[in-house]
Amino acid sequence: MKQAQFEQRYRPVWESLEDQLKQLEALHVSRRKALPLDQFVTDYRQLCHQLALTRERGYSLELQQYLNNLVLRAHRQLYRYNPPLADRIGDFLARGFPQAVRRQWRWHLVSALSFVLSIALVWILVHQQPDMVYTVLDENSLTDIEMMYQPNEDGGSDIDIGRGGDDDVMMFGYYIKNNIGIAFRTFAGGLLLGVGAIIVMLFNGSFFGAIAAHLINVGGDEPFFTFVIAHGAPELTAIVLAGGAGLRLGWAIIAPGPYTRLNALRLAAKDSLPTMYGVFALLLLAAFIEAFWSPRDFEPVVKYSVGAACWGLLYLYLLFGGRHGTGKG
Amino acid sequence: MLIDERLEIETPEGTLLTLSLAGPVPRAMAYGIDLVIRLVVFGILAAVVGVFGNVGTGMLLISLFLLEWFYPTLFEAFRHGQTPGKKFMGIAVVHSNGTPLSFNGSLIRNLLRTADAFPLFYFLGFISTLISPRFQRLGDMAANSVVIHVESSASAVKPDDSSATPPDWPLSREDQLALLAFQERHAQFSEPRQQELAQLAYPELSPPLALQRLKGVTRFLVEGAR
Repeated sequence: MKQAQFEQRYRPVWESLEDQLKQLEALHVSRRKALPLDQFVTDYRQLCHQLALTRERGYSLELQQYLNNLVLRAHRQLYRYNPPLADRIGDFLARGFPQAVRRQWRWHLVSALSFVLSIALVWILVHQQPDMVYTVLDENSLTDIEMMYQPNEDGGSDIDIGRGGDDDVMMFGYYIKNNIGIAFRTFAGGLLLGVGAIIVMLFNGSFFGAIAAHLINVGGDEPFFTFVIAHGAPELTAIVLAGGAGLRLGWAIIAPGPYTRLNALRLAAKDSLPTMYGVFALLLLAAFIEAFWSPRDFEPVVKYSVGAACWGLLYLYLLFGGRHGTGKG
Repeated sequence: MLIDERLEIETPEGTLLTLSLAGPVPRAMAYGIDLVIRLVVFGILAAVVGVFGNVGTGMLLISLFLLEWFYPTLFEAFRHGQTPGKKFMGIAVVHSNGTPLSFNGSLIRNLLRTADAFPLFYFLGFISTLISPRFQRLGDMAANSVVIHVESSASAVKPDDSSATPPDWPLSREDQLALLAFQERHAQFSEPRQQELAQLAYPELSPPLALQRLKGVTRFLVEGAR
């Protein structure tokens, strides 16, 4: 068959397929059930056949290109996968997230150790040698921190003074932008052979240790710890988990095991993605607590009990959540 | 016919599908367009929320976060792998088997953007696209995605009015493709250059005659004898 005959014969099919594709591309997946699509799959299979014929018979490159593009568009519409979102989120929170965290416990352990050890080291140093704090923080930021957590005459702290609902919302936005951004960057930093993730852990650990020890030295420890204890649970845990997920990526490149480095990286990314969804959820929770609960002025006993409950519940969830039943991760 | 910016994949129907990979330049331009769009959106928001005081500032910070991290992810996952910038440049992100980018894939490649941007101006990502046979940056490697050109559809071959002549030599498939390609592109060349090219096929004929004969043969290929 000559090319002109071929085109004349099949062009109506291609044109109808193009029309169907336009409809499909314009509609969201959930609203496609209404479309009459019986013909689409048949047309698509025919089209694949015609593309193969076009190549085999050496028809013009332009025709090949045209059919190739049509196949590509149809292929992108046919092979898409979008299960309902609500089910997946529920399943993820009930099982997928804690399972993913436990599956990668080694990386999270390394990440947590580098974080906790750097806190401990700097804490001890600053406790022994109060001036050491200036090697970690400069004077201005220290003054700011002291101002924030200095106990005032009535025993409360400055944090709550002059702070209304408006400021809470502003700080909520600030925590979201800042903390979640840091967690995402930590994860990406892990790709650089794990170095980026470890550095973030060490730096954040040092800052935290330095501030905590310094505030104990100057007597501002109660406002500080009553402020951080509750949101610290999801926030610090999430940063450590982001570091662990990043380390997993870096290690896939350093020691890919039985896979090629490229495949090891893909597997690692797929494997650590659930953790990152969880990190995101934890940091949203942390920002919420930090903005709306932590600055409230309650008796230290109340603040410490709520804080302890946060830590306890979170680790019960991560250690025992989804032990039974299989999550889809 | 395998040129290195083409990626051939086999569909479940057994057809070879050719993807044409997008290099660093159109991608950087798409990124630039997206950056401008994001800055404009941010500017408008910043002007509007000033009225709402601190609540507005909080909202602004949240939208800044969303613009930074979720602008590319959401567009790529729900708009056929195209952010507005990519759409303008005619490129799209797909999985490397040609299927549409999933939300997870989109999230991986955009979360790892920071590593590609390291240390400055996407240096690592740029190097990575140059080294990778599929022009993938690090995020693309982890997400198993590629950026491709999505071309606009082409028209059918339009034979001109020369009379159809059968070829006087046994025509191979390569010859046929070369002739058809010549037919499609000859308008890009000047008349003398066309004649010069036609003489490669008919060295014994005069240049105008050679061109006429060649067009006749091409017409025969497309339409058959009339």
